[in-house]
Amino acid sequence: MSLISEIDYGTPASHADKTVTVTIDGFAVTVPEGTSIMRAAMEAGIQVPKLCATDSIEAFGSCRLCLVEIEGRAGTPASCTTPVGNGMVVKTQTGKLKKLRRDVMELYISDHPLDCLTCAANGDCELQDMAGAVGLREVRYGQEGANHFDAVKDQSNPYFTFDPAKCIVCSRCVRACEEVQGTFALTIDGRGFASHVAAGMDEPFLASECVSCGACVQACPTATLIEKSVIEIGQPEHSVVTTCAYCGVGCSFKAEMRGEEVVRMVPYKDGKANHGHSCVKGRFAWGYTNHRDRILKPMIRERISDPWREVSWDEALGRVASEFKRIQAQRGRNSIGAITSSRCTNEETYLVQKLVRAVFGNNNTDTCARVCHSPTGYGLSKTFGTSAGTQDFDSVSEADVILVIGANPTDAHPVFASRMKKRLREGAKLIVIDPRRTDLVRSAHIEAAYHLPLLPGTNVAMMNALAHTIVTEGLVDEKFVREQCDGEAFADWAAFVSRPENSPEAAAHFTGVPAETIRAAARLYATGGNAAIYYGLGVTEHSQGTTTVMAIANLAMATGNIGREGVGVNPLRGQNNVQGACDMGSFPHELPGYRHISDDIVRGLFEKDWGVHLDAEPGLRIPNMFDAAMDGSFQGLYVQGEDIVQSDPDSKHVIAGLKAMECIVVQDLFLNETSNYAHVFLPGSTFLEKDGTFTNAERRINRVRKVMSPKAGMADWEITQAIAKAMGVNMHYTHPSEIMAEIARLTPSFSGVTYDKLDALGSVQWPCNDTAPEGTPTMHIGQFVRGKGNFLITEFVATDERTGPRFPLLLTTGRILSQYNVGAQTRRTDNATWHAEDLLEIHPHDAEERGLHNGALVRLESRSGATSLRARITDRVAPGVVYTTFHHPDTQANVVTSDYSDWATNCPEYKVTAVQVAPSNGPTAWQDEYQSHSRESRRIDRAVPLPAAE
Amino acid sequence: MPEFEVWNEQRGNEVIAAFVQEEGAALPMLHALQQTFGYIPRAAVPMVASALNVSRAEVHGIVSFYHDFREAPPGTHVLKLCRAEACQSMGGDAIATAAIAELQIGWSETTPDGRITLEPVFCLGLCACAPAAMLDDKVVGALDTARLSALLENVRQA
Repeated sequence: MSLISEIDYGTPASHADKTVTVTIDGFAVTVPEGTSIMRAAMEAGIQVPKLCATDSIEAFGSCRLCLVEIEGRAGTPASCTTPVGNGMVVKTQTGKLKKLRRDVMELYISDHPLDCLTCAANGDCELQDMAGAVGLREVRYGQEGANHFDAVKDQSNPYFTFDPAKCIVCSRCVRACEEVQGTFALTIDGRGFASHVAAGMDEPFLASECVSCGACVQACPTATLIEKSVIEIGQPEHSVVTTCAYCGVGCSFKAEMRGEEVVRMVPYKDGKANHGHSCVKGRFAWGYTNHRDRILKPMIRERISDPWREVSWDEALGRVASEFKRIQAQRGRNSIGAITSSRCTNEETYLVQKLVRAVFGNNNTDTCARVCHSPTGYGLSKTFGTSAGTQDFDSVSEADVILVIGANPTDAHPVFASRMKKRLREGAKLIVIDPRRTDLVRSAHIEAAYHLPLLPGTNVAMMNALAHTIVTEGLVDEKFVREQCDGEAFADWAAFVSRPENSPEAAAHFTGVPAETIRAAARLYATGGNAAIYYGLGVTEHSQGTTTVMAIANLAMATGNIGREGVGVNPLRGQNNVQGACDMGSFPHELPGYRHISDDIVRGLFEKDWGVHLDAEPGLRIPNMFDAAMDGSFQGLYVQGEDIVQSDPDSKHVIAGLKAMECIVVQDLFLNETSNYAHVFLPGSTFLEKDGTFTNAERRINRVRKVMSPKAGMADWEITQAIAKAMGVNMHYTHPSEIMAEIARLTPSFSGVTYDKLDALGSVQWPCNDTAPEGTPTMHIGQFVRGKGNFLITEFVATDERTGPRFPLLLTTGRILSQYNVGAQTRRTDNATWHAEDLLEIHPHDAEERGLHNGALVRLESRSGATSLRARITDRVAPGVVYTTFHHPDTQANVVTSDYSDWATNCPEYKVTAVQVAPSNGPTAWQDEYQSHSRESRRIDRAVPLPAAE
Repeated sequence: MPEFEVWNEQRGNEVIAAFVQEEGAALPMLHALQQTFGYIPRAAVPMVASALNVSRAEVHGIVSFYHDFREAPPGTHVLKLCRAEACQSMGGDAIATAAIAELQIGWSETTPDGRITLEPVFCLGLCACAPAAMLDDKVVGALDTARLSALLENVRQA
């Protein structure tokens, strides 16, 4: 193991088809036209000294270190800004160049502190390297002249420091913030000698527009911008490439280590999902992995009112096995089940569903995708034939029109959002369909051509109105539909959407968006070139979630926007492995690879491989498990890494269901809200503590690599295997690669996946099989997976959740950049600096009517329950709509959400709840009661007491 | 002698709005703000950024780059002394030293009575009659310390 050092080519790659050949220092190099001399040299292994250039950003030509001589040309041009020309003869090392470079370095060093030995960047400093490279031996100017040594360090950001005394003003940070991240939070303040890097209006970084993505820190060649963890620990000695465990983008990172201690997480340039970029969560928010709240010993208790008791793994596993067996003996085979985690690996999820089907002997397995993207799986499989997005992320750079509906990528999928914003800055047009004015609607250098701020719950009306415009105005791609879609289905659909009740004029009534805006957006989508749809939970988490997914698919098919780069239907999946959890057969009715459990042939395949009989009847979905618990028929639940109490809708119903069960086993990193009702706690492992794979939103299977031993002794897959063993079934896996081999053996779309291939290629996108041995970036090329594209009728049915005099406002929920999902991880990091509590966004008009001021404590009440939180008055939301996040258990936004759900998949309707908002003077009775139970149920009688706090 | 308005947000928005549709609106917008208020109030920077749909860092970068944009209100009169090469070679340094001594303020500062702001400028295009200066919107050439004193005296009396 060693520290992976990635080659910096100095300038970005040129993608020109034509190549040119140049001679650099006597070596002939052939590169695409438009390549810089600097990059061409590096391709040949010749390193031209440089400071202001790095290959993530465009050349700038300011440091004057990379000068070269070109035969037949006067002067010494900068190699970063000079493109190669055919037949060019370049010299990178001459006497003249040496002298020039040394002179330049002397000037730099005359205003740079010489504390290299005690500098945190010692060993990872390009300035130091360049001083060596140019042979700097003296600084004739001395250091006594005017300098910046007394400039004050900015330590406001929790994760990195900015020390202007060490800055060489190369502008790499400023350019990275603009070009890579697209936030434009940095600038050069002043000019000449006074010029310095400034955040915002020369504010502390934390107060500026900075989103703490780390791109500037990554780009900095000195110790000016450096991770606090490096200052504290020192330089790493080895690194391992792995995959971030936060959102569905699936960024590749180098975990840079000292022994088993993480020094920093650095985005990996070869990562095909992120290409070297990161966000505040993946880059910095890994502190939860060794947070003092982590539970590292198995625990059990008889009753949920008892304190926890630490026990051995054997005792805990023995308890799980005996309880589950007892329950099954008393109440039948179907009385227990499990919930798989979208945060665990494919291998781990696969094992849990195997445990349920092969050991429990039923199909009571479900996953948190139930509450997020289950409509995606269903809707896309019925129309296209696969339960996944159609493109890779790179596809966005070919899109001409981008339609974002019910998604807030700058907060929830920030690294992909940066790619999208880059494309928008290049001129792609944007349509945003969202009740809220998200940052994509308008932020620095980005402006949506159309924002359709529809009322929550009216997505289907909106999509039908877009389709109506396209069909009735003759904008259908007739050729595509004729050749690739089911003609009869199309004809029925076209007739349906053409009806007057589906017109924009009719939709305007439901959605609140003027008909002409809807028509204009439809025309742009249909005629603007490559049009791509990106959507999120704002589409799926509705009573008509599946219908909207189908309507989206219809729209893409009708306009021929499927089957090539730059187009498609792209669900932005929430959790790191929610795609994988679905692929791996977590649902009660589907075996891995989305094959129905009632299919005798498929079931036979698994029965033969596993050597057991499998039940052909689908098992219980999550909400049905709670219902069955209430009637006594479902009494045992194994929950792998999901906090259903906080994340599932109508918390009171969830809790009543859990309280009715006899044995709840929670496997997690922390005591969470669900474990308040559990009887056995099994301490899980973080993504740093195990091997496996995650599958991201673009179907990309990325390797997760172990960089430290599991802190509690077992990786999550080992725990599941140990439960099986305790119940009498030995699964015999010694490494997750063996589980993947089994998955590949049993799942056609994964048949070509092996760990060796993943190591060789970095990642692959399923389907990966004999016909696509290196995976499938774009799906449905030339033909849909299901054969002919299927248009489905998508009738708009207003949700039963209605506003009325008692509950006149519509609540919708979402995410914020710094926090992730229920916040179990991010709340235990310094990300809390940005978002310490959930806030209720309310329009100034609605606030005034209720006498609310900004920051006031308010009571948020629905038909299901009430909670209290602080108000933020903003016109980001329309009058009549309020918005909050669900990152904090103190708020428990889901006490308020209803138990309405998607007609096809039971995906809950989080996005529409009729509520009332009123001033409040404290937590609600529910919050008080819940807090007190939560405190009570987290007592631990430790076998060995914890050492006293220092 | 220019008369400036006291900063207020509504007026600032009016000034900004007049330029929103223009191509390359940042500089004209900032000039108009300075003409109206005598300087670019810090509070105006995010407003300009929002109007142009750029970041406030970018606007701050522009404002701080150009010496001509002030970040604080000027005195009643502004004396700009040329500090560029031609004027320096014709005795500009002595004029500068004299001005600083006489006004008892540094560059870009305003006298405590609020009457005069002293600013450096790099070339007024008057090299032929160096050393040169500009008092409010009037240029003055062939300066010597006596003429400088007279100029300052006039301003103080005015």
